[in-house]
Amino acid sequence: MKRSITRLLMAPSVIMLLVWMVIPLSMTIYFSTIRYNLLYPGQNNFVGWMNFEFFITDPGFIPAVSNTLILLLSVLIITVVLGVMLSALIDKPFFGQGIVRVLLISPFFIMPTVNALIWKNMMMNPVYGIFAWISQTLGFEPIDWLSSFPLGSVIMMVSWQWLPFAILVFVTALQSQDTEQKEAAQMDGATGWHIFRYLTIPHLARPIAVVIMIETIFLLAIFAEIFVSTGGGPGYDSTNLAYLIYNQALLQYDVGVASAGGLFAVLLANIVAFFLIRAVGKNLTV
Amino acid sequence: MTLNQQRKLKTLVTGLFAWTVALVLFFPIFWMFITSFKTELQAISIPPALFFEPTVDNFRVVQERSDYVHHALNSVITSFGSTIIALIIAIPAAYSMAFFPGKRTKDILLWMLSTKMLPAVGVLVPIYILCRDYGLLDSRTALVIIFTLMNLPIVVWMLFSYFKDLPKEILEAARMDGATPWDEVVKVVLPLSVGAISSTALLSIVLCWNEAFWSLNLTASDAAPLTAMIASYSSPEGLFWAKLSAASTLACAPIVIFGWFCQKQLVQGLTFGAVK
Repeated sequence: MKRSITRLLMAPSVIMLLVWMVIPLSMTIYFSTIRYNLLYPGQNNFVGWMNFEFFITDPGFIPAVSNTLILLLSVLIITVVLGVMLSALIDKPFFGQGIVRVLLISPFFIMPTVNALIWKNMMMNPVYGIFAWISQTLGFEPIDWLSSFPLGSVIMMVSWQWLPFAILVFVTALQSQDTEQKEAAQMDGATGWHIFRYLTIPHLARPIAVVIMIETIFLLAIFAEIFVSTGGGPGYDSTNLAYLIYNQALLQYDVGVASAGGLFAVLLANIVAFFLIRAVGKNLTV
Repeated sequence: MTLNQQRKLKTLVTGLFAWTVALVLFFPIFWMFITSFKTELQAISIPPALFFEPTVDNFRVVQERSDYVHHALNSVITSFGSTIIALIIAIPAAYSMAFFPGKRTKDILLWMLSTKMLPAVGVLVPIYILCRDYGLLDSRTALVIIFTLMNLPIVVWMLFSYFKDLPKEILEAARMDGATPWDEVVKVVLPLSVGAISSTALLSIVLCWNEAFWSLNLTASDAAPLTAMIASYSSPEGLFWAKLSAASTLACAPIVIFGWFCQKQLVQGLTFGAVK
C-alpha cells in the first residue's frame, strides 16, 4: 500500500495527540510568565521568573516534593515486594484459585474516591472504625490514623489499590515460566528459596520493570485520594505536587503560580520518565 | 508421611494462605457492601455488627438525595462515548502501523506512550480556562474529549500489539482475490479482531469510569459522573456511613463485575503488551 495512505490512517491519532500535548503545554508556559489571577482580571503583565520564585518559596513546596517522592517510592516498594512474594506463593494449584484471583484483583477496580472514603471512615475512623475496634479488642489505644499518620494513611490506600495490579501482572507472567526447568532444579536438590532467587526473580525482571513504569505514571499524579481523605493536611503533611498546584489554581485562583508549578511537575515527571523509558523501553516488543 | 501426603499438605497450606490474603484484601469491599444494607446506627455500632436485619432503605435515599441515576448516566455516556471515539480513531492507526510498519513506527509508538507521562496537573490550568472560555465547564462534552485523548495511546498500543500477531498471509490472500484496502479492513481484519477490540474497549471503559482528576476539577453537578458524586459524601456533616456505602456500592458494582471478566486483557493492555 502507498506510504501516503498509511500516513493518512495514522494522521488522526498523531495529530490529536500532538494537539493535546502542544497547545495546553504552551499555554502553561505562557501563563507561567505573566501575572494572572482569576480574581483580578486585566492585569496580565509579563513578570519573568517571579511565578517560579513564588512557587518554589511557597511553604508547601518542599513538603509537596518530598511527599510526592515518598508516596511514589513507598507504594512502589510495597506493591512490588509484596506482589512478587505473594504471587510466587499462590502460583501453585489450590482449591478455589479462580475465586481467589477475582477477590484479589477487585480493589483495583474501586474508584479512587470510593477507596478513600471507605478507608477514611469505615477502616480508619478513630472511634467507629474497624482498626479502632481491633486495637481496642487487643487492649491498645485506638490511633487517629488520618491526623497522626496522614501520608502513611494515603500510602496505605494507594497501595491497597495497586498491590492487586502488581499481583495480577506477576501471576500472569509466572504462568509462562518453564515448569520443566523448575522440576529439574528440584531434582538437583535446589531449595524453594533457590528456585525463587535464581529462576523466578530473573523471569520476573521484565514484568517488574513494566509494573514500576505503569505505577509511576499513575502515582506521580495521585490526587483524588488526598482530595477526599485528608485534604492535604494537617498543614502540608499529606500535600503532594498535584494537590499543591490544584490548591494554587482552583482555590487561590492564581493561574500564574499554578502554571509555574505545573511546569515543575512536568519536569519532575520527565526526569523520572527519562530513566524509566530507558530502563523499560528496550523491554517493550515493537 | 508419604510423598503424596506431603504434596497434599503443601497444597492445603498454599491454599489457606492464598485465601487469607485474598480475604484480607477484599475485606474493605465486603464491609462496604454489607454496610450498605445496615441502618445508620448499626453502621457505627461497636463491636461491628456482622449479623443484622438487612434494609434497602439506603439505596432509595441515595437516589433521592443525590440522584444516582443522573450521575450514573453521566458515567455511562462519558466512558462509552469516549471509548467509541477512541476506537474509531485508533483502529486505522493501529492497522497501518501493524501491517505497513515504516522506519518511524517504533518511534511513533514510544512517543504516544510518552504522552501518558505528561502529568495531568501540568495542563490543569489551560484546560480549565479553555473549558471556561468555550462554556464547557461542567459539560459531558469536555469529559468525553479529555477521556478520549487520555486513553488513545493505550487503545492504539493494545490494538497494535494484537494486529501485529495476525497472520499476514490472510491479508495477502485477500489482496490476490482483488480486495481493496477498505475490504481488507472491514471484511478480514475486523471480523478476526472482535475479541481484541472488545477487550480494548472494556479496559478503556474501566479507566474512564474510575477517572477522578478531571471529573473532580471540571464538573460540578450537571455533568458530574459517579466519581465526583461520591466525593460529595466526604463532607463531615455527620456520619452517614450506610448511605455512603450504598452510594459507593452502586457506583463500583458495575465496573468491578466488568473488571472480573476482562482481568486478563487488562494485564495485556495496561502493560502495553509487554506481559501476556
